[in-house]
Amino acid sequence: MVVAVVFVLIVVGSVVFHFLSPWWWTPIASNWGFIDNTILITFWITGAVFAAVVLFAAYCLWQFRHRPGHKADYEPENKKLENWLMGLTAVGVVAMLTPGLFVWSEFINVPAHASEAEVMGQQWQWAYRLPGADGKLGRTDTRLVGSDNPYGIIPDDPNGGDDVLIEADYLHLPIDKPVKMLLRSTDVLHDFYVAEFRAKMDMIPGSVTYFWFTPTRTGQFEVLCAELCGTGHPYMRGGVVIDTQEDYDAWLAGQQTFAQLYAPEVTKTAELN
Amino acid sequence: MVDATHGHDAHAAEFPDAELYHPRSWWTKYVFSQDAKVIAIQYASTALAIGFVALALSWVMRMQLAFPGFLEFVDANAYYQAITVHGMVMVIYLITALFLGGFGNYLIPLMLGARDMVFPYVNMLSYWTYLLAVLVLVASFFAPGGPTGAGWTLYPPQAILSNTPGQQAGIILMLVSLILFVIGFTMGGLNYIVTVLQARARGMTLMRMPLTIWGIFIATVMAMLAFPALFVACVMMLFDRLLGTSFFMPALVEMGEHLSYGGGSPILFQHLFWFFGHPEVYIVALPAFGIVSDLISTHARKNIFGYRMMVWALVIIGALSFVVWAHHMYVSGMNPWFGFFFATTTLIIAVPTAIKVYNWVLTLWRGDIHFTLPMLFALGFIVTFVNGGLTGLFLGNVVVDVPLSDTMFVVAHFHMVMGVAPILVIFGAIYHWYPKVTGRMLDQTLGLIHFWITFVGAYLIFFPMHYLGIMGVPRRYFESQDISFLPPSAHDLNVFITVCALIVGAAQMVFVFNLIWSIRHGKPAGGNPWRATTLEWQTPETPPAHGNFGRELPVVYRWAYDYSVPGAAEDFIPQNQPGGAPPHKEGSE
Repeated sequence: MVVAVVFVLIVVGSVVFHFLSPWWWTPIASNWGFIDNTILITFWITGAVFAAVVLFAAYCLWQFRHRPGHKADYEPENKKLENWLMGLTAVGVVAMLTPGLFVWSEFINVPAHASEAEVMGQQWQWAYRLPGADGKLGRTDTRLVGSDNPYGIIPDDPNGGDDVLIEADYLHLPIDKPVKMLLRSTDVLHDFYVAEFRAKMDMIPGSVTYFWFTPTRTGQFEVLCAELCGTGHPYMRGGVVIDTQEDYDAWLAGQQTFAQLYAPEVTKTAELN
Repeated sequence: MVDATHGHDAHAAEFPDAELYHPRSWWTKYVFSQDAKVIAIQYASTALAIGFVALALSWVMRMQLAFPGFLEFVDANAYYQAITVHGMVMVIYLITALFLGGFGNYLIPLMLGARDMVFPYVNMLSYWTYLLAVLVLVASFFAPGGPTGAGWTLYPPQAILSNTPGQQAGIILMLVSLILFVIGFTMGGLNYIVTVLQARARGMTLMRMPLTIWGIFIATVMAMLAFPALFVACVMMLFDRLLGTSFFMPALVEMGEHLSYGGGSPILFQHLFWFFGHPEVYIVALPAFGIVSDLISTHARKNIFGYRMMVWALVIIGALSFVVWAHHMYVSGMNPWFGFFFATTTLIIAVPTAIKVYNWVLTLWRGDIHFTLPMLFALGFIVTFVNGGLTGLFLGNVVVDVPLSDTMFVVAHFHMVMGVAPILVIFGAIYHWYPKVTGRMLDQTLGLIHFWITFVGAYLIFFPMHYLGIMGVPRRYFESQDISFLPPSAHDLNVFITVCALIVGAAQMVFVFNLIWSIRHGKPAGGNPWRATTLEWQTPETPPAHGNFGRELPVVYRWAYDYSVPGAAEDFIPQNQPGGAPPHKEGSE
């Protein structure tokens, strides 16, 4: 009988905790409010199911507790009830899955006018690269990475020379412009994760992965690594600064390109390879 | 399935006494035993023993998260080693081994009315190979560099590179241990499957089997199909580490140095791992589903509601669990179009799973509920499983997973659903069958202390932990206090969780004490203390002797759930009691 009371307390306590505790997501800073909404829909549906099932169980435990002379019913099956429950569950599942798949479709289809920015992960730091004046990133190969070519840019690629290299903790991006983040790693798995953007994706050595978003709020946001990458994993931090267009332009003007930084040495590496 | 078979012909003649080989020496009776019951106890004791290592490791990591620096020997290396070994031990060496090697061995022959497993010698080898696997894993604590700290998922390239602890020997021992485990498990698993299919007592049709056996049976079939993927993944990674192959290793630069790997695919490992890893979730869940069905039915004195649906739900869940594996990889960088397929299959699996939950609760409806210890644990399972199952709908729904993946939300989810929930069933099952194994009851007061602290404590640990994940705290962080967007109160929550974890862990000592103390001092149980219908409670001796059923094997006349049959003298009718079909419900009013 105590169990029935505890069941009710668990439901009430969980709901109260959900609404009154100070622990909730960080204010969003991207276009992915859709994702937050899908989470909220899921919370409502699953919360209702949780409360219903546990409260119903609590009622049964109270009502049908053993007492002298009490005897259980004998009812092996009830096809009608079982079919109804199956149908209702299917409706709940569809109500969560449908918006989920629509938003996923948004998430993986990058708008045509999105600009590109590359993030490169290595134990345990981030580096960034922007496409430069031609709007195209030069191709890369991990085998070319060296002190004279930290990004492994293929020297013959004409698109590479004007790439802007940002070997610093902070990447700047302009507000309200969709950007496709191209993600790669030179050593182990990493994951580029900014909580306020609601997006993340693993980085795999040997591949380029991506996600896209539109920043909607200026400010400075911390980048965390979200895929275990060795003992330094929790210290692999960086940042993204979302600027107004003017601030962004000013910042970009102060950055240097691949050609400016490494051009003299690149020719040598190319010959060696 | 509730009709009776009238097969009264002399059954005993088929199994003359001489056909059973009885062990003669102490060694063959208690150590190198081929009796499934002894093997079961060996499996269970070994699993519980290594489980306590995992429990101690969880304390280490919780102390680090709440009170960093308090345990001076815990640096980042030790922390990652602790989480890795904790995870691996809990999932594989404890829960899988205990459900299948422990309960499977004990209950399959007894509940089906068989004398033993069909291949007793192979069954014995299964245990000793498992023990060897455990010892190899334990050996990594004493190897240079210690055990691996690659995380229990062992993702390459990181798992075999030098910035991960245990790169020297730990990872090799881990992989060898897993390979041994799979070999040992295969020997056991073949036994469980063939025994279920071939050695059932007369009249024990498949649709009369207790759900415990159905759960263990389907889980074993799944394990036989899923473990080979883990096996090859381990062999390939071992080759990458020892022979310089590049199955999972692309060209890479480690700390400025070019390594000689090239051309391999890290994501191939993830596919192999989760092709095993997702079915593995259900390999531990299905035996729990089966056992909890029987616990609820027995202690609510009522037939399990919707038996046929329960069986088919097990089969469907088992089958579907092989086409959902990549929901662990939504943000792995695999082709994003996979997301549509895997999100759909994953959410479909919620339907048969929900049916099981409804049927457990509907079994309580109009029952005669006895709040025994096994029942309390079964009820605890319902709450934690429903909670953990529902949060699975967040993570399975691909786009919702994007912000939550790799955060503490995931940790909270899988602990609730495949840690706490199955372990509550394991406890319930131990309180339920201990009287059969030892002939004595476990102590009620100690059991109540154990139940309330474990159930409420575990909920208090893992429910709030979801909210750390929603805030964005990543998992596998040695320290998280300096994350810029976290309010200072997030740390208070971590302290609260740790305090609960320490208390829940301590309560397990009460359980161990009870297990040992009651062997001699428990109340004598008699043959059938719960007045249950299934065959293991109808043995002539308790604990059952070698051969289980004396001279004559039981004959089965009815399903396993004839509780509170209208018109019957008692509120249960054992499966081996002859008699006509029970009266239909309408006729009994």
